[in-house]
Amino acid sequence: MKLNGGQALIRSLEMEGVEVIFGLPGGAILPVYDPIIDSPIRHILVRHEQGAGHMAEGFAHATGRPGVAMVTSGPAATNIVTPLCDAMMDSVPMVVVTGQVPSVAIGTDAFQECDTIGITRSITKHNELVTSAQDIPRVIREAFHIATTGRPGPVLVDIPKDVVDPRNPRSQMDWYWPESLDLPGYKPTTRGHPRMIREAAKLIAESRKPIIYAGGGIIRAGASEALHELATLLDVHVVTTLMGRGCFPDSHPLCLGMPGMHGNYTAVTSMQHADLLITLGARFDDRVTGRVSAFAPHAKVIHVDIDPAELGKVRRADVPIVGDVKLVIEELVKVIREQGGADTPPDRSEWHRRLDDWRVKHPIHFEQGWGEDDKLKPQFCIETLRQNTPEDTILCSGVGQHQMWSSQIWKFDRPNSWVNSGGLGTMGFAVPAAIGAKVGQPGKTVWAVDGDGCFQMTAQELVTATSERIPIKVAILNNAYLGMVRQWQELFYEERYSEVYLSPDLPDYKMWAEAMGCVGLRVEHPDEVVPAIEKANSIDDRPVVIDFRVDSEEKVYPMVPAGASNDDIILGPDQGPGGH
Amino acid sequence: MPPPAHHILSVLVENKAGVLARVAGLFARRGFNIFSLAVAPTDDERFSRLTIVVDVESAPLEQVTKQLFKLINVVKITELHPDDSVERELMILTVRAEGGTRGQVIELVQVFQGRIVDVGLGELTVELAGPPSKLDDFEDLMRAYGIVELQRTGRIALPKLERQVPRLRSLGRVG
Repeated sequence: MKLNGGQALIRSLEMEGVEVIFGLPGGAILPVYDPIIDSPIRHILVRHEQGAGHMAEGFAHATGRPGVAMVTSGPAATNIVTPLCDAMMDSVPMVVVTGQVPSVAIGTDAFQECDTIGITRSITKHNELVTSAQDIPRVIREAFHIATTGRPGPVLVDIPKDVVDPRNPRSQMDWYWPESLDLPGYKPTTRGHPRMIREAAKLIAESRKPIIYAGGGIIRAGASEALHELATLLDVHVVTTLMGRGCFPDSHPLCLGMPGMHGNYTAVTSMQHADLLITLGARFDDRVTGRVSAFAPHAKVIHVDIDPAELGKVRRADVPIVGDVKLVIEELVKVIREQGGADTPPDRSEWHRRLDDWRVKHPIHFEQGWGEDDKLKPQFCIETLRQNTPEDTILCSGVGQHQMWSSQIWKFDRPNSWVNSGGLGTMGFAVPAAIGAKVGQPGKTVWAVDGDGCFQMTAQELVTATSERIPIKVAILNNAYLGMVRQWQELFYEERYSEVYLSPDLPDYKMWAEAMGCVGLRVEHPDEVVPAIEKANSIDDRPVVIDFRVDSEEKVYPMVPAGASNDDIILGPDQGPGGH
Repeated sequence: MPPPAHHILSVLVENKAGVLARVAGLFARRGFNIFSLAVAPTDDERFSRLTIVVDVESAPLEQVTKQLFKLINVVKITELHPDDSVERELMILTVRAEGGTRGQVIELVQVFQGRIVDVGLGELTVELAGPPSKLDDFEDLMRAYGIVELQRTGRIALPKLERQVPRLRSLGRVG
């Protein structure tokens, strides 16, 4: 069957089971947009290419399936650089197709030309320039394989116009679908080494103060059930990192919540005192470890990761295991059962008592006053939102204070229910990511908790949401500041507030929301919080934006200052005295 | 501070456009200077071999090596220890060789088992292959006569062959 390259590209995406493309057409990618009209694949027309990338990420976060974005060359390609880097940092499976100027024009500074492959080389798991129409099915098949296997990540396919333009003879190809892949340099190890797994079981059996340090890898590997089995079999407590929130249910008594710079006291301190870290799909990020030399100083380390480059990168592992974390945990459970290791564990009652003691003494805490002059607390908004949303709600956030409060206060009980930008810390992530998540999970309620600074970066995608009938809900915690920067200036720069004030009224978020076809609401007092959320829950035919006017001076606690030891955790007011 | 040691990486890659840029980019990102680099297809034309010499400490190099291996087009990486590998490099150089010194230069070329490949009125172009240290020595000597131009290929290397009880080792690999 003869096809042109554009048809072959869309056909290849159909073969990969793609249901939706987030994109925006332009000159170089025009020929690929023509066959979209005849394809069952849904196309969502974004208002800015960065939105397309974050939507594809949100889709992948919420579904576990690869997100797909398609944009044109030059400025469109550079606009999607941020989502690519974001997906690279957070191991999000994503395939991005970019148009490119015709082959003969590449390298001539042609109109809307940029070196997309060169620019995105270090922020993609892989990228490829298609040089012949005949290669399209192979390249697309490889792209999806690479994006979704091993450590997932973004793959970019750059397609020159002549290769897809039916008016150019170079676009003619004989259709085929590759049965197998030839990638001699890409063979991810999925099975953990049996000897290492036995070593891990041995360390666990000897440990008196073990902690499971579970990261986003658990979610990517679909290993939540396996983790649950391991933790309950061993009766070992679990901390879940920012990327791993929801991989182990917050409602489970063994869950200690989030560790790290803004983690809760017990999660942070338990790692400092542990004699064993069972590290599963986590990467000792600097936001978790604080000063590395002072991190978990008494702990031996078991480190399981599908990416060999993570093992020993930050912290030497006593037992490094390369493999798919789900398969490794399952093997580990089997070995522990065979050895009867869980039947006669060392006495851990003292350790459990200490953990419980910390939990009681130092919970995440805030005070919401109800007087006329009391300011609305952002934490109260999040807590109330959680209490008034379905159990399986997907929560998205941007980056900053609202993100940390969301992670601290929201109760996550399911994997893939928390969508945020962890590694890159991309402000403006929430709104487009929520749109992508809602497209992937139309039956679930999707809320974005956003900051006023973040919201202004990508709010225009609410136009996309309205016109495509994607009814997401957005809670702006409007404190009129770039709040996290303000917090650092207050604490570390002698309250010298440099370029952080944004104004609560400019823009008028309610009017802006309404101008974009959403329902806009405003909340200024704690009494109004529940009614506003109920109103938002009752609307399902368009997006809703609530402008919560919150206290500008509220800070995120606990906090480990950058570069400090986790032992020097600063507790907030009413979070109890420090020390151990 | 003592100078960091030379590390020789032999990297088998797919013979495709852009692979060299991917490899070089991982070094550049960390500010590591590549001391020398030689690239050519192997006997199997689907693959090329890169011989990279870098001056870095071992710990960061290990991390770069792991990152290199994550590149989809990188098939295999071996670090070659200088004691356990055969290294060769080729150099061509043009040296001043007028009247009085011409005979001395020719004599040195012979001592080093080089070849004169081009002859001018007051200059000679010499080809010399061998271990990099031999080339260094020759270069030092020629400097006294006046080097006009010089080009070295960067080293290529292969592991030394096993000479000890190969039968036992091969038995160990069976099954």
